[in-house]
Amino acid sequence: MATHNPDHSTTNNGAAVQLRQLKPSFSSRVKEFFIRHLQVFFYSLGLLSRSPFATLMTASALGIALALPAGLYVILDHARQLSGDMDSINQISLFMKKEASNEAIQATKEKLDRLPEIAQVKYINRTTALQEFQKNSGFGDALKALKENPLPDLLIVYPSLTHSAPEQIKALLVILKKLNSVERVQLDIQWLQRLHAIINIGQRGVLIIGSLLALAVLLIVGNTIRLAIENRRSEIIVTKLIGGTDSFIRRPFLYTGFWYGLLSGLIAVLLVNISLIIMNDPLAHLSSLYNNNLFSLGLMGVDISSTLLLSGCFLGLLGARIAVGKHLKDIEPK
Amino acid sequence: MIVFDQVSKRYPGGNEALLNVNFHLHPGEMAFLTGHSGAGKSTLLKLIALIERASSGRVIIGGKNLNKVGRHTLPYLRRNMGIIFQDYQLLYDRTVFDNVALPLIISGFSSREVKKRVHAALDKVGLLRFEKKYPITLSGGEQQRISIARAVVNKPALLLADEPTGNLDPELSHEIMDLFIAFHQVGVTVLIATHDIPLIKQLDKRIIQLSHGEIAHGQADQKVHTPDNNQPPFIVST
Repeated sequence: MATHNPDHSTTNNGAAVQLRQLKPSFSSRVKEFFIRHLQVFFYSLGLLSRSPFATLMTASALGIALALPAGLYVILDHARQLSGDMDSINQISLFMKKEASNEAIQATKEKLDRLPEIAQVKYINRTTALQEFQKNSGFGDALKALKENPLPDLLIVYPSLTHSAPEQIKALLVILKKLNSVERVQLDIQWLQRLHAIINIGQRGVLIIGSLLALAVLLIVGNTIRLAIENRRSEIIVTKLIGGTDSFIRRPFLYTGFWYGLLSGLIAVLLVNISLIIMNDPLAHLSSLYNNNLFSLGLMGVDISSTLLLSGCFLGLLGARIAVGKHLKDIEPK
Repeated sequence: MIVFDQVSKRYPGGNEALLNVNFHLHPGEMAFLTGHSGAGKSTLLKLIALIERASSGRVIIGGKNLNKVGRHTLPYLRRNMGIIFQDYQLLYDRTVFDNVALPLIISGFSSREVKKRVHAALDKVGLLRFEKKYPITLSGGEQQRISIARAVVNKPALLLADEPTGNLDPELSHEIMDLFIAFHQVGVTVLIATHDIPLIKQLDKRIIQLSHGEIAHGQADQKVHTPDNNQPPFIVST
């Protein structure tokens, strides 16, 4: 290369150096902005896939942290729906006197059937009740040792929908208590209130566990991104030296956090669904023992799944943003 | 292009790296910065590149007072400078092409433009045939030429180099100097810190000599107030 060649610039027209800095046009910069975003989006995924085992381990830890509160929520949600369905079923049990004859019970039933407040009356014969109890409770042999049937005859009264307000039920209870052959009247609603209370406690518990595990996700992502930043320290310094803005340097790390979040969300959805499938059979058996076919967990709904994925992405991004904001400032050219 | 006005730099711990430095480098000028180790050459370059900030006084680059440049405008200022280091500062997990392309990608050029300009810059330093290689497979002189290609690829108005020939033998050093002179000849302002006195003595360019943080030779004799003042360059050739 000639040292003092005055014609030097003409031999290098492609790289002729001008005094004014070269700037791309505005439209080019806007277009490139989106193209670069897209490139970094997939570039960061490519970086993760270069070390699939490490990526999968981190994402699994995150996935488990997300799956735990999500699974509990799904179960609670089902319990809440179930109890919600039962809210309208006010049923009143009439335990009949032992000495009451079959005829007297039939007469009472017919009388009640005629009342407008009552939709339906179901008669459960004490002998039938005992047989069912022997069959289902597992105490069959022990019960056979009893000399006489300890169970009373039972009338189950279903108030009509137009008369199911609390005051109307109270008034109905007064009428029912006055009936001759009735020993005791029981409104089967207390257990429902208790169930509601338990579900409320459960919901608080899920909220607490969920918040703690969301924090854990933030910390894990933050730490992972911190390590990634440390690994690429020289690249960050060089980029800063040649005029890379903070947001340019931040971008790949934010997308890495996003990918971790999305991946962990997917793993969590998978884990919860596997758990539900494992639990469905025994639950179906349990509910059949209660003569109740309502209770089946099924799979996760689309709404809960997408919420889980979105919160995974959000937590991943947030954790990465916090880590990047904290650690990028520490890396400056020296 | 570069104005130092009563600039001092004190590092934490009380080490005075620069003391009341005044000098003025005109647009298109080429100058060498010399002095013993620890005289403040690197500190002076770092103040220009905003890697360090002056403790007192003003540094004005292209009309911009660097005291007033904040964290967010700093990157855009650096895009106007090409900086070259003794240790090249290349990214060894990327190809030569990707290394040189980085400043253009940061500025948001289209891939077509990037390709065109990277090729032009690599052609200029004579290493176009290495574009797909990784820097680690190249010699020191070649790596330094790549870092020069990266520094000039977006055609900055100012080139700064800190001991660019520090790791190279005399012949390679000459080649690198020839490149800087070529850029100077097409109008780029060039400031090079070096202690290779025999090399620069042949070149008949302005030499600013630092000694214990102060300018020993090569300072403008009158105080400079504005970057726009059009006084002729005051050149002391030794």
